[in-house]
Order: sequence, then structure tokens, then C-alpha cells
Amino acid sequence: MSGAASPASPLVAVEEIHTYYGKSHILHGVSLTVGAGEVVGLLGRNGVGKSTTLKTVMGLVRPSQGEVRYEGRAITGLAPHRLARLGIAYVPEDRRIFRLLTVMENLRTGLDRAGLDEARKQALLDKVYRYFPVLADRGNQAGGTLSGGEQQMLAIARAMMLEPKIILLDEPTEGLMPRMVSQISHIIDALHQEGVAILLVEQNVPLTLEACQRVYLMEKGVVRHHAPASELRDDRAVIHQYMGI
Amino acid sequence: MLLDQIIIQTVNGIVTGMILALVASGLTLIFGIMDVVNFAHGELFMLGAYVGVITIVATGSFWIALLVATLVIALLGAVIQITTLRPLLGRDPLTTILATFGLSLVLQNYALWQFGPVARKIPEPFTGHFQLFYLDYPWYRLAIALLSAAIIGALWLFLKFGTYGIWIRATTQDRVMASAMGIPVPWVHTAVFAIGAGMAAASGVLFGPLVGVNHAMGLDWVLKAFIVVVVGGMGNLGGSIAASIFISLLEAYASLWVSPAQAVIVSFVALILTLLFRPTGLFVPTPK
Repeated sequence: MSGAASPASPLVAVEEIHTYYGKSHILHGVSLTVGAGEVVGLLGRNGVGKSTTLKTVMGLVRPSQGEVRYEGRAITGLAPHRLARLGIAYVPEDRRIFRLLTVMENLRTGLDRAGLDEARKQALLDKVYRYFPVLADRGNQAGGTLSGGEQQMLAIARAMMLEPKIILLDEPTEGLMPRMVSQISHIIDALHQEGVAILLVEQNVPLTLEACQRVYLMEKGVVRHHAPASELRDDRAVIHQYMGI
Repeated sequence: MLLDQIIIQTVNGIVTGMILALVASGLTLIFGIMDVVNFAHGELFMLGAYVGVITIVATGSFWIALLVATLVIALLGAVIQITTLRPLLGRDPLTTILATFGLSLVLQNYALWQFGPVARKIPEPFTGHFQLFYLDYPWYRLAIALLSAAIIGALWLFLKFGTYGIWIRATTQDRVMASAMGIPVPWVHTAVFAIGAGMAAASGVLFGPLVGVNHAMGLDWVLKAFIVVVVGGMGNLGGSIAASIFISLLEAYASLWVSPAQAVIVSFVALILTLLFRPTGLFVPTPK
């Protein structure tokens, strides 16, 4: 692993986690950090454990060893709904829109929570409608009837309803047409401007190198390489070695 | 003459169907959200009726009894869910079937031990009749149908528009994603079980005046409720309600020609035909 400066007091720190699905050993001691407001990429081929790493941070999969820390506090084993309340949002690879709920109801799953007054709710809605105007038009439409790109927007908008400090973004551009991809790229930039940290899992290397400050490269359940994105932009050999492109 | 009988049986079928819908909607809600087939549902119905009997003796009011039974059994449902089902979540469905079946035996025998084998009676809250062709038809029967419809309607409104209703529907569709959105899924499960239990108790009290209250009264109902839940499409609330009325009407019409005991066969025929030709349920859209 080569050197990229990790933040001194990271927002999220994954420390030597081992994760199993049944008997198969998926993560073999993954460690990484994400600083507050930082956009960090996680690259690697299919099946190297990138999504599992995100799921482990979100509490959806429990690691058998190792620890996940959030703002310095150990959160390993906390239920996902508690992590969501602490400020961790998750946009899964398959989007997992509540298909039978309307677009508005999908958003309300994150919006209806204690301590959020009506004005704040409206401000949050106005913000996502500014980013994704199509969602405002489709408010009463069932989530399952949206196109793939619209579902991706809804999944990100839904996560934004939680006012998270970090969003775990799993392959947001997968299967989207180029116009949508650039829109997703813009939204990542916008979230970054707002100070939201992002842990981005992607197959789209140019987008990842463009959007992220640092990148981790995974292979066979471990982080093999860690570098500033700018360094990888100049040195494609590393990318070629781990991604085969 | 036959037309008179058909109309009378239609009214009967709808009345029984609405009570059945009240029992079945709790059952289907619980199955839909946590994949638990609650074999103790009939016992919650029966215990609700007993709590109703006790409260009527103490207060003299049927309506207070209805309310108290609903709340007490909802609370009992919450306790049952937390202690028995929550630890089993995510395991093989067989474990929850065995757990709820065991629970039904415990509750039934508790009722036998506590209240004895002699049936108790819940008096009708009002006793008027009206003339339906050659029959003096009790107003109370119609009131049951309307009350059941009102309770189910309230549940529907709650699920459709209430914040917690959205939580319940989101959790039913995708437990994992609901949890990732900050919805406290374990408590949603507990609340749904409590709501289902409370609805079973309410139907027990409402139906009490028509039959005696005894420790085995839940058995018939839960059996029918299971038929309805399967015919209506497992976990589908609207389907269960439609199937409740459908099955009850079938039985009511069948008993024009055969004895009511034999008319039950019609329900089972409907169940078998559904499982053979449309196992996802009669009252759900064709799966794509």
C-alpha cells in the first residue's frame, strides 16, 4: 500500500474488518478512513468485497473481527436504523426503492423523524427538487414505475433526507445512460460542496478519479493500494493492475 | 322464495365476511411484514372475547369492553412479539410456526384452566330487530359488519397516510432498506403484531354475542382466516378483505342446499383450487 495522507481524526474509520457470508470469508482485514466532507473512492473488480465493505459500515452485515468507528466512537454491531439516525446514509447498488410507495412516500421514510419541523422538511424537499426536478413532477407516482435513472436519483434524494454526514454510494452510475452519469457526477460534486462525505464504490474509473480526493483499490477482500486520486490520474499502471483496464 | 333466501344469505355472508376480514387482516399484515404465520391468532381472538366478558361484568358496558379488550390484547401481542418472535427473526420460518403453535396451545389451555369449559355469554349491546322477508334480523349483526368495516377503514387510512403507516409499508416491502433509512424495524414489527392482536381481540368481542365464548372458539376462525389469507394472496391486505367476503358468501350460499357444517367444504375447495391454479392468490394482480 502506498502513501496517501489519511485524515488525523476521520469521520469513519474501518479497522481490520473480517466479514463472512456463511462460511465464505469475504473481507480479510479491510481498513480505510473517510474524513469529514471528503469524497473517497473504493475501486476494484467485481466480487472483491467493495459492496460488502459498505454493508459492513452500514451495519447490514456484522464483521466477525475488527471495528468500525464513527466520529471516534465504535459503532460495530449497532442496528442500521441507529446508524442512519447518527448521520450515515446508504444508497445500495440495486437502489432498493420502495416500489409500491410513491416518490413522496419514499422521501418521507427519511424525512419523518423526530426533531425536524415543517419548515426544515420543506427546505430539504426544495433542495432535492432543485437537484432532481423530475422528482417534484413525479411525487405521486409509485417508485417502481420510475426509469432506472430516475430511481437512482430517488435513491440519492431519499438518502439526502436524512441530512447525513456521510453517504455510502454503491455503484450509482451502473447501467445508466451517459447523460444520467454526468448528472450523478454533478450531484456528487454538489454534495461535496455542502460538506457531505462520500464513500463511493464504482466501476467507472474516470468518474471516480474525477470525483474523489483519495482512492482505495481492493483485491480479494483486502485493500491493496491507497493513493490520492490525482496520483492515479497520472499513473494508470496501478489502475490497470487492479482493474484490468 | 329462493330469491328471499339468497338475499338473506347475502346479508349473512357479508356480515360474517366482515368479521372474518377483521381477523384475517391482522393475520395477513403480520405475515406480510415479518413472514410469520401466526398460529396463535385464534387464541388472541378468544382471549379478546374473554377480556370482553370480564370487562362487561365489571363495567356493564359493551363498548368499554370492546376498547379494553382491544388494548389489553394489543399489549399482550406486543409482549408476545418481543419475547417470542423477535429473537427468531430471520431464522427458518418453521421455527416461528412452531413457536406460535406452541403459544396457541399455552394460551388455549390457560383459558381452559382460568375460565373453565363452560361457555360464557357476551350480551348484545342493543337488541332491536328488523323484518328481512320472513326473518326477524337483529340490527346488531349489521352493526358488526359496519363496525368491522370502520375498523378496517381506519387501518387503511393509517397505513396510507400516517407516518407510522408509511413506516409499516416500507418495512413490508424491504426490511433492510427501511432499516437503513432510520426506521426502527424491530419496533415496527412489534407495533404491527400488537395491531393485529388488537384487531383479533376486537373481532372476538364483536362476535361474542353471536356464539358462546369458550377456550376453543378461536380454532374455527383462525382456520377460516388462513384460508382467506391464502386465497386473498399472502400478505395482501385488500386481497384478504375481498377473499373474506368471497369465502363467506360462498359458504352462505352453499348452506342454502347443504347443512352449514357441510358448507365449510366449499371454502376448502376454493382453497385447493386457488393453490392449484393461482397460488399467488385470487385477488392480486397477475404477477409479471
